[in-house]
Amino acid sequence: MADTITMQVARYRPGQEAEPVFQSYDVPLRKEWAVLDGLNHIKDHVDGTLSYRWSCRMGICGSCGMTVNGSPVLSCATFLTDYAPGPVRVEPLRNFPVVRDLVVDIGDFMAKLPSVKPWLIRDDEPPEGEYLQTPDELDDYKKFSMCINCMLCYSACPVYALDPAFVGPAAIALAQRYNLDSRDEGAADRRDVLSSAEGVWACTFVGECSTACPKGVDPAGAIQRYKLTAATHALKDFLLPRGAR
Amino acid sequence: MTYVKPISTLWWLRRPSYFLFALRELSSVFVAWFVVYLLMLVSAISAGPEAYHRFLDWSTGRVLVLNVVALLFVLLHAVTWFNLAPRAMVVPHVPPVVVLVLHYLLWLGLSAALAWVVLR
Repeated sequence: MADTITMQVARYRPGQEAEPVFQSYDVPLRKEWAVLDGLNHIKDHVDGTLSYRWSCRMGICGSCGMTVNGSPVLSCATFLTDYAPGPVRVEPLRNFPVVRDLVVDIGDFMAKLPSVKPWLIRDDEPPEGEYLQTPDELDDYKKFSMCINCMLCYSACPVYALDPAFVGPAAIALAQRYNLDSRDEGAADRRDVLSSAEGVWACTFVGECSTACPKGVDPAGAIQRYKLTAATHALKDFLLPRGAR
Repeated sequence: MTYVKPISTLWWLRRPSYFLFALRELSSVFVAWFVVYLLMLVSAISAGPEAYHRFLDWSTGRVLVLNVVALLFVLLHAVTWFNLAPRAMVVPHVPPVVVLVLHYLLWLGLSAALAWVVLR
């Protein structure tokens, strides 16, 4: 195994460059080093001006999503040796405005997320203790609760690229996380946003969101599943008298 | 002052999954063609034997090639649609593979029934 590997890192310094340029760095190639370790090496020892987000280094915080050799990945969970002999091309996540270098502005997602009301909605007063739930009921939504808001799904989604009004994979999966929760009573409150043209119906099931997801959330599945729910509701609204819906 | 990367018009060639998706979207055109072709067939039959035979003569050569291509696209459309079914239709205590197999069996059954009506 070679001692080093070349990392081609996209640099965008507003005021200095009109569009990103690639800068090459040679970093040590170590078995246990992830792409993020390579970036940290550059930042600490070669070029302190490189900007990128990271925090936990263990696939939990969702901060270090980047485009590595064209695919959206968590840079802490992507190993340099898998790209040997290199080069490894590191770019910011696609489909988001680039603030600087590898840092993107995810404000669009942050604005959309509350629109699907991703919290427990109840009509009654909270109980003395906790709302009870069986393991089977937990399994109904557990997969969708694993989302870490890393934005890899938005980066992988060509629909979001072409139609930025699309609510998007993670937000819809998180809406389903609450819709399918036995303790929640807010499905009707989420229906208007989810059933809109910018909601589930904008999705054309490319499926790349689920491929990209590092936590196995399957946003594409969540969206298709809600399409069936939305269609069933539309049919009921059409066929049944108001009281029976 | 942020940078927004422009989207290439050939973005759908960048990944195999994007390309398959573009093909699937395109398949709707061929599904529509089959509907038109079926309506033309019905119209020819209702216009009498002569019109029907004219229609059959017309349905060779280029039209046959078009129909073969259309069939491939319709199969792509159907298979990708069925493969998605277990993810959209989650039935409690029923494994996804059962939902998938039932879809294919239903397809097979309907096709067999249609073939029996047409070919008997």
